[in-house]
Amino acid sequence: MPLAAPVTDLEQLKDRPVVAALLAWNVNAVEEAKFDRDELSIYIAREFIRDACAHLKAQGLTDFLSDVTCADFYPRQPRFEMAYHLLSMQRKERVRLKVRLEGDDASLESVTPLWPSANFFEREVFDLFGIRFLGHPYLRRIMMPEDWEGHPLRKDYPVEGYR
Amino acid sequence: MGHLNANPVLDAAADKTMILNMGPQHPSTHGVLRLLLEIDGEAVVRMMPDIGFLHTGIEKTCEAKFYQQVVPLTDRIDYLCPMVNNLCYVLAVEKLLGMEIPPRAQWMRVMLAELQRISSHLVWLGTHAMDIGAMSVFLYCFREREELLRIYEMVSGQRMMTSYFRIGGLALDPPLGFFEKVKKFLDTFPEKVDEYENLLTGNRIFIDRLKDVAHISAEDGLLIGLSGPSLRASGVDFDIRRDMPYSSYEKFKFKVPVSKDGDVWARYVCRVQELRESREIAKQALEGLPDGPTKADAPKVVLPDREKMKTQMEALIYHFKIVTEGFTVPAGEVYQAIESPRGEMGYYVVSDGTAKPMRVHMRSPSYANLQALPQMCEGRLIADVVAAIGSIDIVLGEIDR
Repeated sequence: MPLAAPVTDLEQLKDRPVVAALLAWNVNAVEEAKFDRDELSIYIAREFIRDACAHLKAQGLTDFLSDVTCADFYPRQPRFEMAYHLLSMQRKERVRLKVRLEGDDASLESVTPLWPSANFFEREVFDLFGIRFLGHPYLRRIMMPEDWEGHPLRKDYPVEGYR
Repeated sequence: MGHLNANPVLDAAADKTMILNMGPQHPSTHGVLRLLLEIDGEAVVRMMPDIGFLHTGIEKTCEAKFYQQVVPLTDRIDYLCPMVNNLCYVLAVEKLLGMEIPPRAQWMRVMLAELQRISSHLVWLGTHAMDIGAMSVFLYCFREREELLRIYEMVSGQRMMTSYFRIGGLALDPPLGFFEKVKKFLDTFPEKVDEYENLLTGNRIFIDRLKDVAHISAEDGLLIGLSGPSLRASGVDFDIRRDMPYSSYEKFKFKVPVSKDGDVWARYVCRVQELRESREIAKQALEGLPDGPTKADAPKVVLPDREKMKTQMEALIYHFKIVTEGFTVPAGEVYQAIESPRGEMGYYVVSDGTAKPMRVHMRSPSYANLQALPQMCEGRLIADVVAAIGSIDIVLGEIDR
């Protein structure tokens, strides 16, 4: 099964329920979409992420927040890409919402008001990447000690740590 | 939601509650879990889990390894079901590579993953019953687990850190006598489950201790990120194996135990039924195991057979290249989720086109399930906390990673 080329044209992905719902709700929120290896990723503008999640949840297009995580593409800018993995148990379908973040202003709205499960996930991303979540109830380190300096999963943090 | 000031300033006028530290060294926290409990007499007012004592930076280490070298690291995340971790990781990388796996390897994976589910549930059952006070069940469960560990040792050379699933198939074909041993285990296992159930399911003390304890509703469970048997015990009929099948699970017939009660008892009943269902799946896999190769035909990714290396120049070259340089993976990202014994386990792997993963993230079920603990325990007695911890079946290696 050779890899099919990813579909990145928004026009072709319009008939997918999640893309259609987001486009109908706010055209400005959707930056781009990608269908690659049977997985749908939608890039959302940073300021709309919580509202986009709230919209999908209210429309019944997703009912479970599987995971929130991040990847660092340093030295490329914008270096961070947040990934929200949403699952719809009814439709048996997953969708990934992505947000690009600049390194010097890495903050976005927390989704904890929608899914309390995001609490730990966002704390982990804050701890290991240094991304701030506005409106998070308890944004403190979770894996590393409280007095740790730096954010280990950033690419400019050496694998062996600082000595 | 489960957040609490670690150093509270107590108000003298309202000085009713006190902070109790539980863990990290505590036998019934199943690892190094620390709980801060705000208690009013015997009742828990608020609870905050404190984790990270076992953090080893596996996600960071993965970024410095070749794709194949990550497999042994995944063993160490959830050490009660290493092959399920292996499976999730290799499925993610195979998806990135667009690789097709021979049916025999897929069925072997299903069989071993289900045996792992049984051995993981056996550890849970033994320790959970011991927490409650039923000491002897532990010995019964570990008797069967020992047999399973021997089976894993036979097939992979290791009892616990198996690393048996490889990208592109299996490490090697199982040895002679392996299938007979699995068959013998599967044939006798239902009686053993009856034995555990005789000790526990009809036991008045055990029932009274678990019924209506640490209740959580389906809505709350979904919001808080609960998954797996813990969520099914609250009435959500969702199992990734059945509803979003992977590794040819769609070819197996099995029931998904669901309960509506949402208490510790319901979670106990669901898991014990899963023991029987897993045995059914493993039996189907054993009986219908297709013939054929156990490795994909992808010489640039899968290590060649030793025999071929001795006679064929290309095989030797590929072996040298794979071992020294690894193999490159086309750029992209995947999220592969599977049903681990604890719930939804997901691997998010990002490739930048080189031989090392750019990012490997594990969505570990215990990490999300732990968040449900405060909701289950708040307003209840301290003694129930121990029952609740046992009922969500957490593994701290997986939580802290």
